[in-house]
Amino acid sequence: MGAQKPSGPDDAAESQQTLSAEIEAIETEHKNAVAAGTPAETQPRLDYPPYRSSILRHPTKDPRHTDPETIELFSPAFGHRDLANLESDLTIQAGGEPIGERIKVTGRVLDGNGRPVRNQLVEIWQANSAGRYIHKRDQHPAPIDPNFTGVGRTLTGDDGSYSFTTIKPGPYPWKNHHNAWRPAHIHFSLFGSEFTQRMITQMYFPSDPLFALDPIYQSITDKKARDRLVATYDHTITEHEFLMGYNWDIVLTGGNRTWMEEEDDD
Amino acid sequence: MTDQKLTATPGQTVGPFYGYAMPWPGDNELVPPAKAGAVQLHGYVYDGAGAPVPDAILEIWQPDEDGNVSRNSGSLRRDGFTFTGFGRNEVDPEGRYVFSTLNPGATEAGKAPFISVVIFARGLLNRLFTRIYLPEDTEALAADPLLSSLDATERDRLIATRGADGSLRFDIRLQGENETPFLRFPSHED
Repeated sequence: MGAQKPSGPDDAAESQQTLSAEIEAIETEHKNAVAAGTPAETQPRLDYPPYRSSILRHPTKDPRHTDPETIELFSPAFGHRDLANLESDLTIQAGGEPIGERIKVTGRVLDGNGRPVRNQLVEIWQANSAGRYIHKRDQHPAPIDPNFTGVGRTLTGDDGSYSFTTIKPGPYPWKNHHNAWRPAHIHFSLFGSEFTQRMITQMYFPSDPLFALDPIYQSITDKKARDRLVATYDHTITEHEFLMGYNWDIVLTGGNRTWMEEEDDD
Repeated sequence: MTDQKLTATPGQTVGPFYGYAMPWPGDNELVPPAKAGAVQLHGYVYDGAGAPVPDAILEIWQPDEDGNVSRNSGSLRRDGFTFTGFGRNEVDPEGRYVFSTLNPGATEAGKAPFISVVIFARGLLNRLFTRIYLPEDTEALAADPLLSSLDATERDRLIATRGADGSLRFDIRLQGENETPFLRFPSHED
């Protein structure tokens, strides 16, 4: 149960105040470095102590700079045989309608040159509207929705577009520190046209009051970079008397194969 | 060769709750274990204290035995015959992963065969890439640009150990003295 006394590296004894001070100190240090001419960071830090679980799980040596070899210049291929048609609608997967605010999240997957990533797998998973995952390790005493698995998959279209219909996830507590809450988010898993572009990230919702308090979101020390994970409310996506619309485009790392001839995947 | 115009979206940790979403039946069986030529690829994921990481998820991507890069779909609905070259495995509660796969071939003559790996875990804020090289072709290993850029001990950490039964053992250490060398490709900004 949620009242269980946590222990170990996830010990929830420290206060939000302590964590927030650490977060702020790192952000200030980054701001000063940028002001002094260091390029702004665009990806999360792997070594980010406010996220306590990262302390023993980040490499301490710099990554080795390597040119990709042939296999890394290609990506696994996925096709319609891999998915059922309706896996992109998370509101019709179980017996009845899930509870919560029905939303559509749609956008495009692009490479660093702005080219659409076509026919690639996009996977999502998320908590239900009460902030509960269908996962045995989620002990948050919020209700499970029998009509919501929180899992979706789709393939991008020729223009790189994807679309999911789902329920807006709730925030949920975790054990990083005392009274720690994750901002509402949807996990996204993405493939590019090269394996070097493989990534997993989280999409957030606009104006979440928990942003400043969350060490996972704040591990991206530059605000402009963090903002790239926040979807935009878009009334043109919102559907009359049916759902609220959000737009979120995803840009993968540049890709090294850009100079090679375009291959035909058939 | 990257004249990047757009800045990449930041990554985030896979978190602890991927277990009901990312795995699928047969995700770690690139070939059925009973198939002739099937190789068990296995190992442990460890943290900086040497403790197994029980909430990591690995993906592998590799050519077939002849060095051909598969363009076949079907990884999520395996038919038992089509080699897609892609697999995924959630480590078990002891931090162990296992794949049933083929020995990768060289994609070009004289190249050292390897399996490309990406690692995700709770507590790991962005994905990590590495390579699992086969131990046999010592001449090709000596000529490999990545391996020859590393010192001997680091180099050995990227080469799998062949078991008597033909299996491949490769452990991943996220941090510490024997940390696995992780890779940064030219298009990466982190």
